Amino acid sequence: MLAKVERKNIQGNEACALGAIAAGCRFFAGYPITPSSEIAHTMSRELPGVGGTFIQMEDEIASMGAVIGASLGGVKAMTATSGPGFSLKQENLGYAAMVEAPCVIANVMRGGPSTGMPTRPGQGDIMQSRWGTHGDHPIIVLAPESVGEVYSETIRAFNLSEALRVPVVVLIDETIGHLLETVDLTPPDPASIIERKWATCDPKDYKPYEITKDRVPAMARPGDGYRAHTTGLTHDETGFPTQDTEKGKNAIGRLLDKLEYHKGKIESYEAIDCDDAETLIVTIGISARAAKRAIKSLRADGIKAGLFRPRTLWPFPEEAMRKAAGKAKTIIVPEMNAGQLIFEVERVIAGKCKTVGVNRYAGDIITPSEIEAAARKVTS
Amino acid sequence: MNMEPHISAEEFDIRQFMRLDLFPHFLCPGCGHGMALRALMWALWEQNISMDKLAVVCGIGCSGRLGAYIDSNTFHTTHGRPLAYATGLALARPDLHVVVITGDGDCLAIGGNHLIHACRRNVNMTCLMLNNEVYGMTGGQVSPTTSPTRYTTTTPYGNAEPVFDACKLAEAAGAGFVGREVTMQVPTLKDLIKQAFDYDGFSFVEIISDCTEIFGRKNQLGESAEMIMSQKASTRPDSYGTRVDEPFRPNSLPTGVLVKTDRLEYRAHQQSLNPKGQK
Ligand SMILES: Cc1ncc(C[n+]2csc(CCOP(=O)(O)OP(=O)(O)O)c2C)c(N)n1
Ligand code: SF4
Ligand SMILES: [Mg+2]
Repeated sequence: MLAKVERKNIQGNEACALGAIAAGCRFFAGYPITPSSEIAHTMSRELPGVGGTFIQMEDEIASMGAVIGASLGGVKAMTATSGPGFSLKQENLGYAAMVEAPCVIANVMRGGPSTGMPTRPGQGDIMQSRWGTHGDHPIIVLAPESVGEVYSETIRAFNLSEALRVPVVVLIDETIGHLLETVDLTPPDPASIIERKWATCDPKDYKPYEITKDRVPAMARPGDGYRAHTTGLTHDETGFPTQDTEKGKNAIGRLLDKLEYHKGKIESYEAIDCDDAETLIVTIGISARAAKRAIKSLRADGIKAGLFRPRTLWPFPEEAMRKAAGKAKTIIVPEMNAGQLIFEVERVIAGKCKTVGVNRYAGDIITPSEIEAAARKVTS
Repeated sequence: MNMEPHISAEEFDIRQFMRLDLFPHFLCPGCGHGMALRALMWALWEQNISMDKLAVVCGIGCSGRLGAYIDSNTFHTTHGRPLAYATGLALARPDLHVVVITGDGDCLAIGGNHLIHACRRNVNMTCLMLNNEVYGMTGGQVSPTTSPTRYTTTTPYGNAEPVFDACKLAEAAGAGFVGREVTMQVPTLKDLIKQAFDYDGFSFVEIISDCTEIFGRKNQLGESAEMIMSQKASTRPDSYGTRVDEPFRPNSLPTGVLVKTDRLEYRAHQQSLNPKGQK
């Protein structure tokens, strides 16, 4: 029998909430903020019906704390926010990375900085999503470009978070968050939904942060007799804080190495017309949709343009981008900020070709014709 | 009348509940937090609460470090936020017995917002706030509960800020159970904690503790024993009634159960709401 296909016309924000529930999310804590609030609205409506819990906390710091608390209790949990709230979540986000508590954070970007333009789009959190919390830490950031992809990437966010015990940010922007598109909401195959690895050994032998080959320690479910300690202090394999710098180095080393080791599982990107592209466009989210249009017109005029779009923004799929840029003379980086992604692109390409930014940082999206114009200028 | 069977202090051996391999512990000699820990463990033992089903959620501070010594599910979270973490944990896992350990700085300064909303919200958990009038861990800075007559490392000329009354704050924010006790009276403190455990909802207990090594030394409050004895002079047990008069000093701190009201616990309340009602 064919699986029932369920198509619906919904907003990106609603798709995010429905994707989360489809992935098994059963706890949401949040604080209202435009342009993300519809995620909370949908969660508050849908979670009770599937035995989940929705709570509106007193601020974003508390929301992030409650999400980690629920996750440490063994329940898949998420929060959603926008720029100012994302800033407030950073300390606890670092804690989640340190104690390896799976959790998902949707950040629907507005124009910034500060309170910025709450109802207008931006892509100003590209760097904050990677480096927002203090200290070296692992984090995964996904950047969908459509409502359908918000749904599927939110599911992927939960799967990666559970599989690797790492916080995952879904970076959306106001345009996609509020965009209405028809989406295939067919529930994912249950076998594709990943649950974290639970400790099953004898509690006497349990090491909460054991350094194993796959770098992902099994988690103890409170109540199952393991009586583990969880701390944001640098801890060794036992989970207790250590002042031994050698042990600290091994523990943090494993933490940082975890994503590199699982890179193949994490990376996801789209490369269009890159093989012969002399002008490569690298961008994410809604800006990538403008780029796709631009490439069509450019190709029609015989300009060899291509697009590289990291769906997994962090860790950045650098080898894939280098390959996509194999024939590139110029890389154009359109982004709704004053220039962030371009730094990563320049790091990866290491001076092998020219880079040009196309930037808008005051609440407007980038149009196909702007990208086209930039491409025509460098090829003329 | 309390009809619970009496269990003698001699029978209670705290060591069976401790992670002894972490000893010696880090507390300074005479620190009041150790007595608070003893009262907590004693209450858990008398209530027969399984260490497997217990979750201890701590903030950051000397108070917050206590959790690591308890052989249970222990969470050392971020400064000021243990109530937020505990709220998520308690809602996700109502089968766990959730206890929060926090300090006066952790709970009233950086975490003050979470305290008032935890009181208002009434999620089932017990919050123990260890009040030693100072930021012990970071070297003795002024806290929201430092008396105006004391000196700290950030108020070298005296303290211009008035003291926060945590219990009044908790009451005003709607907490259904509020109590206060001193570490001088560990058995009484233990009994108070047991009553807090019995309350179905959010219970708040302020424990008057002492930072002997930093605060005591700086203010020349004497040795640990003298500091503890001075607790007696500044408190007024509820058994002495509510009239502020002899033999206790006026304006001294009332102790015991200060508030106990019937309120529907948060989760129970949520589940009673009609999902077919307005959406
Ligand atoms: C965000 C943040 N700010 C500051 C600190 C530093 N800090 C650690 S403990 C503490 C104060 C603890 O005081 P209190 O809660 O009264 O606990 P005590 O040590 O007295 O038991 C501070 C300010 C921190 N860890 N995190
Ligand atoms: S610094 Fe003060 S509060 Fe901290 S352990 Fe020492 S005496 Fe106790
Ligand atoms: Mg203190």
